[in-house]
Amino acid sequence: MTPGLRPEVTVNGVGIGLDGTDPATTALDWLRSRGLTGAKEGCAEGECGACAVMVARPGADSGTEWTALNSCLVPAASLDGQEVVTAEGLGTPERLHPVQRELARRGGSQCGFCTPGFVCSMAAEYYRDGRQPLDESARDVADDAVDDAADEAREPGHGCGANGFELEALSGNLCRCTGYRPIRDAAFALPEPAADDPLAARRTEAPPRAAATLLEGDSGRYVRPVDLADAIALLGEHPGAVLVAGSTDWGVEVNLRGARAALVIGLDRLAELRALSVGNDVIEIGAALSLTEVERGLAGRIPLLDKLFPQFASRLIRNGATIGGNLGTGSPIGDLLPALLALEADVVLTGPRGDREVAVADYFTGYRRSVRRPDELVRAVRVPVPLAPVTAFHKIAKRRYDDISSVAVAFALDIDGDVVRRARIGLGGVAATSVRARQTEAALEGRPWTVETVHAAADVLQGEGTPLDDHRASAAYRRAVLGTSLPRLYAETSPRQEASA
Amino acid sequence: MTPLSSRPASSPVGQSIPHESAALHVTGRALYTDDLWVRTHGVLHAHPVQAPHAHALVTRLHTAPALEVPGVVRVLTADDVPGVNDAGAKLDEPLFPSEVMFFGHAVCWVLGESLEAARLGALAVEVDYEPLPSIVTVRQAIEAESFQGGQPRLERGDVDARLAAAAHVFSGELDLAGQEHFYLETQCALAHVDEAGQVFVQSSTQHPTETQDIVAHVLGLASHAVTVQCLRMGGGFGGKEMQPHGYAAVAALGATLTGRPVRLRLTRSQDITMTGKRHGFHAQWRAGFDEAGHLLALDATLTSDGGWSLDLSEPVLARALCHVDNAYWIPDVRVNGRIAKTHKTSQTAFRGFGGPQGMLVVEDVLGRCAPRLGIDPSELRRVNFYRAGQQTPYGQTVRHPERAVTCWEQVLTDGGVAARAAQIASFNAAHVHTKRALALTPVKFGISFNFTAFNQAGALVHVYKDGSVLVNHGGTEMGQGLHTKMLQVAATTLGVPLSSVRLAPTRTDKVPNTSATAASSGADLNGAAVKDACEQILDRLRPVASERLGVPVDAVVFAGGTVGVTGGEQVVAWGDLVSQAYYQRVQLWAAGFYRTEGLHWDSTRMHGSPFKYFSYGAAATEVEVDGFTGAYRLRRVDIVHDVGDSLSALVDIGQIEGGFVQGAGWLTLEDLRWDESHTPARGRLATASASTYKLPSFSEMPEVFNVALLERAHEDGVVYGSKAVGEPPLMLAISVREALRQAAAAFGPPGTSVELASPATPEAVFWAVRRARGDGGLPQTAPLVEGGLGVVPEQPDATARPLHPRSEQLARQTGAGD
Ligand SMILES: Cc1cc2nc3c(=O)[nH]c(=O)nc-3n(C[C@H](O)[C@H](O)[C@H](O)COP(=O)(O)OP(=O)(O)OC[C@H]3O[C@@H](n4cnc5c(N)ncnc54)[C@H](O)[C@@H]3O)c2cc1C
Ligand code: FES
Ligand code: FES
Repeated sequence: MTPGLRPEVTVNGVGIGLDGTDPATTALDWLRSRGLTGAKEGCAEGECGACAVMVARPGADSGTEWTALNSCLVPAASLDGQEVVTAEGLGTPERLHPVQRELARRGGSQCGFCTPGFVCSMAAEYYRDGRQPLDESARDVADDAVDDAADEAREPGHGCGANGFELEALSGNLCRCTGYRPIRDAAFALPEPAADDPLAARRTEAPPRAAATLLEGDSGRYVRPVDLADAIALLGEHPGAVLVAGSTDWGVEVNLRGARAALVIGLDRLAELRALSVGNDVIEIGAALSLTEVERGLAGRIPLLDKLFPQFASRLIRNGATIGGNLGTGSPIGDLLPALLALEADVVLTGPRGDREVAVADYFTGYRRSVRRPDELVRAVRVPVPLAPVTAFHKIAKRRYDDISSVAVAFALDIDGDVVRRARIGLGGVAATSVRARQTEAALEGRPWTVETVHAAADVLQGEGTPLDDHRASAAYRRAVLGTSLPRLYAETSPRQEASA
Repeated sequence: MTPLSSRPASSPVGQSIPHESAALHVTGRALYTDDLWVRTHGVLHAHPVQAPHAHALVTRLHTAPALEVPGVVRVLTADDVPGVNDAGAKLDEPLFPSEVMFFGHAVCWVLGESLEAARLGALAVEVDYEPLPSIVTVRQAIEAESFQGGQPRLERGDVDARLAAAAHVFSGELDLAGQEHFYLETQCALAHVDEAGQVFVQSSTQHPTETQDIVAHVLGLASHAVTVQCLRMGGGFGGKEMQPHGYAAVAALGATLTGRPVRLRLTRSQDITMTGKRHGFHAQWRAGFDEAGHLLALDATLTSDGGWSLDLSEPVLARALCHVDNAYWIPDVRVNGRIAKTHKTSQTAFRGFGGPQGMLVVEDVLGRCAPRLGIDPSELRRVNFYRAGQQTPYGQTVRHPERAVTCWEQVLTDGGVAARAAQIASFNAAHVHTKRALALTPVKFGISFNFTAFNQAGALVHVYKDGSVLVNHGGTEMGQGLHTKMLQVAATTLGVPLSSVRLAPTRTDKVPNTSATAASSGADLNGAAVKDACEQILDRLRPVASERLGVPVDAVVFAGGTVGVTGGEQVVAWGDLVSQAYYQRVQLWAAGFYRTEGLHWDSTRMHGSPFKYFSYGAAATEVEVDGFTGAYRLRRVDIVHDVGDSLSALVDIGQIEGGFVQGAGWLTLEDLRWDESHTPARGRLATASASTYKLPSFSEMPEVFNVALLERAHEDGVVYGSKAVGEPPLMLAISVREALRQAAAAFGPPGTSVELASPATPEAVFWAVRRARGDGGLPQTAPLVEGGLGVVPEQPDATARPLHPRSEQLARQTGAGD
């Protein structure tokens, strides 16, 4: 590999060198150490968004998309060659950016500590390709959303303004002062970007290239390989290296648990890991695509994932988080795994001996242990099609959005007429790894889709796994909601019976 | 109308303007304490060594290995303290402890050239501990009789006799949880020492004077050798009233010992594991009602979880006792209070300061008893409202009780509550798995520090020769908009445009001996002091103007940046008059002072009139609960709240909305879980990070959120007719909890009384639904007992001493403060 020139990040239009920066230094600490103290640290674990900045990322087609990221999680080194915009770069007190102006005049800041982060998340949505004012009829629906009929379908806090602003863009930003209402009003009052807005214009040009990077410091090295072959070679030489994609898990390890790596290999820009292809019998999703990219790229083609995404962390996190990282972490409460189990997906591993495929169900061998060899990495997952028609993702958590699951249940059922032909159920949070609820599947398959079947199978489901007691939920609750999950699905799929069920 | 409260017709006060720093906030230019060190040369960073035991003796502290770590400069220990090794005002909080009193207690601090060096140094410090038995719940503390501080009793009439005569007597228990402040900006300080040994500490503190006091006593210096400045805080909520002092002292100690600036900033996990929180409480109660639902008597014992040291636990408890009545007339009352001593962080002030906990008790009583009485909960609340002339249990006449009624009725009307109640009933009839409910609760909250001495404030106003004005006052800005209001007060009093006035950061060398910016009193107290200073300046300018304009002195009017007489043609520009006054050698600056008159409070007897006035409000909250999971959402909230004549409507509405959502967080999502096991993790906070301790996010914001300020609400005797707003709205969120209770009850047969754990997490609501349906479920608190004389709450030991604060003793000695 041939590292680029002097590592440098373009921040608010100005190149700032990375030299002297340790590879373990987060982008947030690095920006702040350079005097750009607008971005704040509220948690250092991706939860509060006070550290949000905008990064120029590849958009749809060949353009660029301003993407908000948690700067507390990504290594500064990973921004080599990239373009970053912070609240300071958007506007000045004398010339406020439209986002800043709306927030300021509507009381969107009280203590102001969360505000620069909100500004960046909001600006990214302001510039989102495809954000456009709703047409009249859609607007009526948005307005009436408070009315009883319309609001059944509406998700709180995640509505959409008449200006096309999706509030979900702010799901990863916490504010302890305002109670959010003025921030929502500011978001919904935003106009279209002006014709001469340079950041809007930037979107039509190509994204920054992913430079090959080498940064060395006291704690170790950060390397961004030029291509997959380079990455595999490097991994072969250093089987203990840490692979980092979106860094939404690794960043937390670094910040909260003091993890340091002798070698970090940055995978997030590798073209070979960033493809999405839709075939006749399989949909292949690159391991290093961000979940936001996957969500937009799939455009609803896998309804189960479409139901999952809004419940997965926040927009800020999904802008970084990858499927490869979710599998790499292998957390028993990870949300993608139950869904991939229900979808009967395969993991594509690649290494010095080329690709091999492993069913997700066979991938994990124990608590955070998998069949992946030290010299392999996850290249993609493959989801077989056609998909089961009835799907649902039930995530039980304290907070509706951006919370970790106490229990997650993914359903993919094929109900033919009134009979359950095939049932695939993935469970999270009930064992050392995500598991298939095989006994429940058996209790459903071949049986009529009726209240009786559902209740009998629900009893079986309640007994699957061995949920634990912890600060998120008691074991009794986990078990109980496993038990209500099938009746809930039944009620969702047959709403007519609601009153009598 | 008093001069203090009367307001000129069109004035900067009352204008709805953005926060004075809004443009700096949104552009990332507003500086916070931890933004300063990158702008400072040669800074050292401090990192704590936190103990992994709830209770233990430090048997050996070996710091040498830390000094081997590259970049480590020094380790601070108890031996380094030249003054008093204590971080509290009560001398029960060793700054460098030899006995670990809670899991995560910092035993020493490492200074490094970088934070990373200090962190690695802290890992290298060797500490030996001898673990000791620990108490980690209030119930354990009660059993072990582990209490601290005074045990106040608030009593009126004869509860026993009244209960014997009551038609209905119910008894119950309630465990209500604490709350982490989770100000987005964690605790931080930056300390310098100058060539003369003068210590300058920039601290994120709500109470700069006390930070100064503690820094001085730790360093063994007089207060004049220490200056504390607070630029602004990224949130405080009471968590920076007492908590910042120790961290400021560690930074200052490091700076004096090394001669270099020292920066100390807690990470989120350090902050959450080391700093105090809202007190959780255990309450036992019995209450008597007549047939019509009138509360006749309340007998309760409240035990707060004080944590390892007293901190503000006594005044918090006093305020809790003073708010068990909320807005309700209760003829006979006995409330006992005690403070459990547990091996946890030392619990402290948090928005509402015990008031929310006290109120929650009576609202829990009403919410649980209503179905048993067969009375609609809103109706039960309404019939018990105070009426004119009635007194609180502590003997203060309730002024303006009709405002609670007005708020309530306006919420009913504006919220279309009657029509919605019918819609909810039909929705519930049509849905088996989802239920909705709407609950109303009132708030009556007393304004003023219970500690009389704190009800004073100072200001320093400078008018420069060019007519520009600089305001200093003793209050701190934490997002509540105090500085915005002070600018409005100064501009109004001086009759100049807002653009002529600037505010300087809060510093102890500008305005000394300040009170904490707390108890919602910041604008009342500092506003009156700013106004006083401005008026002194005007008094000196009047003769100058009178002479220049040839009009009588008392005809001179200052307004809109000019000086003249009412209706008169001839005016002089403010700047010209000021300049003339300067050449006439007129003093153009003044120190203002204010003390709240008419307060009387005897903590020992828990009797008097501790509050200047009461703030009122009412909220109606509609929720929807999913029976499958217990998950819920806030469909709609309507609030009418009394802020007097608002000084600044945008700020006030922001406080109401923000307070409500924060209160809703306390009562629903926010779940402090301490490890109660007998493993080595005992006493560890299991929810010690943002990923496990969940604040309300956008998804918890009420879908429809209407807030109105009560109209025609002039408050006589308070600055420009306004009222405090910081704390009271938080308690409006009790309506969320009550709505959840009612929605859970809707899953059961009519008349179901629901016990709901606090916080009402989805899991707690799930079990409440299960119980309402008669499906069993986890028992959470003691079930409601009906009949007889009830279960008598545990009565404190006869020898327990009442509250007897030093401030009151000292004030009596000198005869002042009464
Ligand atoms: C605030 C917050 C909220 C979250 N919420 C959720 C949630 O709701 N549900 C959920 O499931 N998770 C959640 N997570 C966890 C995390 O976002 C996901 O696990 C995410 O998918 C990780 O992707 P990443 O690319 O960021 O991983 P990284 O942090 O880059 O990597 C994680 C691990 O995976 C390995 N890895 C990465 N890519 C590969 C690859 N291609 N091949 C092999 N190994 C690889 C790395 O070596 C590392 O060990 C949350 C995290 C945060 C910070
Ligand atoms: S600091 Fe909280 S998300 Fe980054
Ligand atoms: S304004 Fe204080 S946290 Fe949002």
